Amino acid sequence: MSKNLKLITEGLVKNNPTFVLLLGMCPTLATTTSAINGLSMGLATLFVLVLSNMAISLIAPVVPDKVHIPVYIVVIATFVTLLQLLMQAYTPGMYETLGLFIPLIVVNCIVLGRAEAFANKHGVLESACDGLGVGLGFTCSLTVLGLVREILGSGSAFGFNFIGGNDGMLAFVMAPGAFLCLGYLMVLFNKFFKKD
Amino acid sequence: MAAVSNLKNMVTVLGLTCLLCSAVLGGAYALTKDPIDAAAKAKTDKAVGAVLPAFDETSYESVEADGKSYNYYKAVKGGETVGYAVESTVVGFGGPLSLMVGVTPAGVVYNTSVLSHSETPGLGAKCNTDAKFMAQWEGFDPSAKILSVKKDGGDVDAITASTITSRAYTEAVKNAVNAVKKLEEKDHE
Repeated sequence: MSKNLKLITEGLVKNNPTFVLLLGMCPTLATTTSAINGLSMGLATLFVLVLSNMAISLIAPVVPDKVHIPVYIVVIATFVTLLQLLMQAYTPGMYETLGLFIPLIVVNCIVLGRAEAFANKHGVLESACDGLGVGLGFTCSLTVLGLVREILGSGSAFGFNFIGGNDGMLAFVMAPGAFLCLGYLMVLFNKFFKKD
Repeated sequence: MAAVSNLKNMVTVLGLTCLLCSAVLGGAYALTKDPIDAAAKAKTDKAVGAVLPAFDETSYESVEADGKSYNYYKAVKGGETVGYAVESTVVGFGGPLSLMVGVTPAGVVYNTSVLSHSETPGLGAKCNTDAKFMAQWEGFDPSAKILSVKKDGGDVDAITASTITSRAYTEAVKNAVNAVKKLEEKDHE
């Protein structure tokens, strides 16, 4: 059991997809205009990651090597489409905000990366824990990045406006601010967590 | 441990995976179809309700104006038309900007609401949240005021640093007002 717990914490810190592995940069930079958006994008990816890791660890033994990438992509795409339909039906507001980036989870290199590097060599439970860990790591990073950008850019946190008015530093809501915040957060993260 | 990559194995595995996945998605589609339709309907109903005075029922129709086709909801109360909610789409700063514009039969804007937009967050996206910008559309009378932004000599207060979005918004409202004018002319012929 402690082994599985270790897998989860590794995904959060040592294998943190955003600040250490630098995977999935496209949704990271594009969707983190606010803390809520970052959080929901992270949770959506977490959902796909856990399910696809589990499914792929189950089918990996019977999949011939030469067709493993197409098979994995089909499996991942199925879960993403499932998520898209569910969000459209039950959380239409959130679906509208994340819109374009939900289908793009299919090509998020974190998901295929974990399938290739971990899930096809390990059991179902371990793969689920790995997916959960990496997914949580992604969710936390995106939420923090979104929170920082929201505080600087819109003067609010989780939609709660504390400066009264709309006068934040706009650059942080747009792409240049995304790169700046990501860079500085990476520096801080590596200062505190990286042990070499 | 992986199965041998011969033609038979590859075709079987890939075929079965696709079959299974499409079955799952087909099932999910059937299950979520009704909630998705309901959510889309709730959204339009809310937009129509927000831009028009109280009504009993609506009918969905379309009209040609200035060479473009506009879909609109005609709201009726006690047998009398109380207003039209026109779906009006123009090109904004970042892509299409779709509005629902409520217009009374007299040609006065009752209220407006944004259906979808792709404007810059923090700038043009404020057309959906800026209370001052949104409030000025309530009861905007195009026969008494000029429907264009102040920079262009009109009476519309633009959103700070988002003149292009404000212009597009104004144009969308103007198109809707013209469409209703056309409708009323047709009714009186």
